[in-house]
Amino acid sequence: MTELSAHLPQFQHGQLTENFPDNHLSNTNDNSERRRHDNSDRRRNDNPESETNGQPQSNIQQVVEQDEEEDEELTLKYGAKHVIMLFVPVTLCMVVVVATIKSVSFYTRKDGQLIYTPFTEETETVGQRALNSILNAAIMISVIIVMTILLVVLYKYRCYKVIHGWLIISSLLLLFFFSFIYLGEVFKTYNVAMDYITVALMIWNFGVVGMICIHWKGPLRLQQAYLIMISALMALVFIKYLPEWTAWLILAVISVYDLVAVLCPKGPLRMLVETAQERNETLFPALIYSSTMIWLVNMAEEDPESQRKPSKNSTYDKKAPANQTQNEDAEADDGGFSQEWQQQRDNRIGPIESTPESRAAVQALPSNSQTSEDPEERGVKLGLGDFIFYSVLVGKASATASGDWNTTLACFVAILIGLCLTLLLLAIFKKALPALPISITFGLVFYFATDNLVQPFMDQLAFHQFYI
Amino acid sequence: AFFWLVSLLLASLIWFVSVHLSDREDAKLQHGLLIFGAAVSVLLQEVFRFAYFKLLKKADEGLATISEDGRSPISLRQMAYVSGLSFGIISGVFSVINILADSIGPGIVGIHGDSPYYFITSAFLTMALVLLHTFWGVIFFDACEKRRYWCLGLVVGSHLLTSGLTFLNPWYEASLVPIFLITLCTGLWAFFTAGGSFRNILKCLSCK
Repeated sequence: MTELSAHLPQFQHGQLTENFPDNHLSNTNDNSERRRHDNSDRRRNDNPESETNGQPQSNIQQVVEQDEEEDEELTLKYGAKHVIMLFVPVTLCMVVVVATIKSVSFYTRKDGQLIYTPFTEETETVGQRALNSILNAAIMISVIIVMTILLVVLYKYRCYKVIHGWLIISSLLLLFFFSFIYLGEVFKTYNVAMDYITVALMIWNFGVVGMICIHWKGPLRLQQAYLIMISALMALVFIKYLPEWTAWLILAVISVYDLVAVLCPKGPLRMLVETAQERNETLFPALIYSSTMIWLVNMAEEDPESQRKPSKNSTYDKKAPANQTQNEDAEADDGGFSQEWQQQRDNRIGPIESTPESRAAVQALPSNSQTSEDPEERGVKLGLGDFIFYSVLVGKASATASGDWNTTLACFVAILIGLCLTLLLLAIFKKALPALPISITFGLVFYFATDNLVQPFMDQLAFHQFYI
Repeated sequence: AFFWLVSLLLASLIWFVSVHLSDREDAKLQHGLLIFGAAVSVLLQEVFRFAYFKLLKKADEGLATISEDGRSPISLRQMAYVSGLSFGIISGVFSVINILADSIGPGIVGIHGDSPYYFITSAFLTMALVLLHTFWGVIFFDACEKRRYWCLGLVVGSHLLTSGLTFLNPWYEASLVPIFLITLCTGLWAFFTAGGSFRNILKCLSCK
């Protein structure tokens, strides 16, 4: 999304799409925000530490182990809940994309290609087509890499204004321009007569509320809904403008790149995350889907707001003096970024908190308030780029597969299982993980397998009305 | 659902390979191969159900050790039900969704001499299958727990029988009626396996 504005003048079809960097960003930006939310976890981690300082050795081991076990158990419990909380938006996004593809024919018509994929796939020989698609994919990936590195460099040199401007312009474009086109196509499909004034009013309202929700404050549900909608719009644009083989190749290469960029020590995304952590600050909003804030909203609704907030702040004060203001901000207008578990044991933050005051506060805390604040702290964030690529895979499957619904369903199940596995790994490793590789691999394998192998089989069975 | 899909994938791989290796023109052979493929698929489904059972057992142990009171939050019965249900749902959906999609479009059922009841029998068969998978799941898991291998064999056998009965389509009397009978019997069996009894039913009804 961030590059959109930069490339406006150059397109043949005026459709911008670059949000790859965002995607990768999203995979890493989460760390800093995650860190912010680690307080409760660190609090509990501090417990064993503080106790080791003050108690005889024999008790220490037991206490430490017990705390770690409780920790893990809570991790897994809340982990399962958050897996489900991520299933719903991913499913919604895919459902929107598939529904649109099936009904609005605009997105399956070939109207040319993006400038990023200059080689056509309508060639005479298969070899030529393969070569063209490889070149297309290579160009696209290099654009993404360049953009990501640019973003990391900008971030390192603290050019925050530039980044913010970039993000705002691209989300403006997405919210207004793309949704205008989408609305127009839907009206055309259903033959609905509509005047420009109504459309202008609708798009204006949609766009402005979207900008406010995403970049500033807004109800959590509304923000999540907007993020899902813009991911779906983006995925639809990709499905329309990427030719077949190129699309599959790009999906495959992007998951490899994601893996490399997030896990390798010199990867741009990892550097981004580490820089953000060093500076103790939040990364960009509007590019991550977050499932956490729901607790904040719930708590505010249940108790009188005035009572709750000060008490939360005061407990934060005791535990994380350095992070208190950031917590407030972050929880108020959190975006999220890629996939991270919010309980990362971060040594950099730990030492700040192990003052006698915090230790006393931690030990004095009644257990129920601990658990009630834990859910608030924990949550999973998934980058919007991940949403987009999942939806691209499922959308392409539904658009171009001969097996139609079977293939779409198989890809859908495969992606969800991949997401489950990734979240499981996240709970085990507790650090930023790329969300794309496992899901996309499963999705691709299932797509090609179902389309070529299962489809003829099921077809024959259905023809004779055999059931297995 | 994922496990069922994987089993379907493997089965169709086997069928595909066998079709390609054989004579395309011989219709009887193709028919036979299809039946063979279906039988293989049924067996693979049961194998994967067993594999899923093993996986869930492991997860169950893990959950039990870390939970507060030493028992896992989800009982094995619930897991059996969910697993059977998901197998059933994905199997039913895969069987019927293309038919549903076609049923929206323009066309006449059975114009080439096939039965005009295709859609409605498909609907009933799918429903029976989904229910059957759920019941089989419950019985299967229970049998594995208690190591009653004859129960297992009976489940696999009834699955094969059901699938075989569908080969008798479009002779619907011979296929639909027995399949529904099997569904009813399996349902009762699963109900008693899961611990139900006449008294439970009476208690449940009288509470209302």
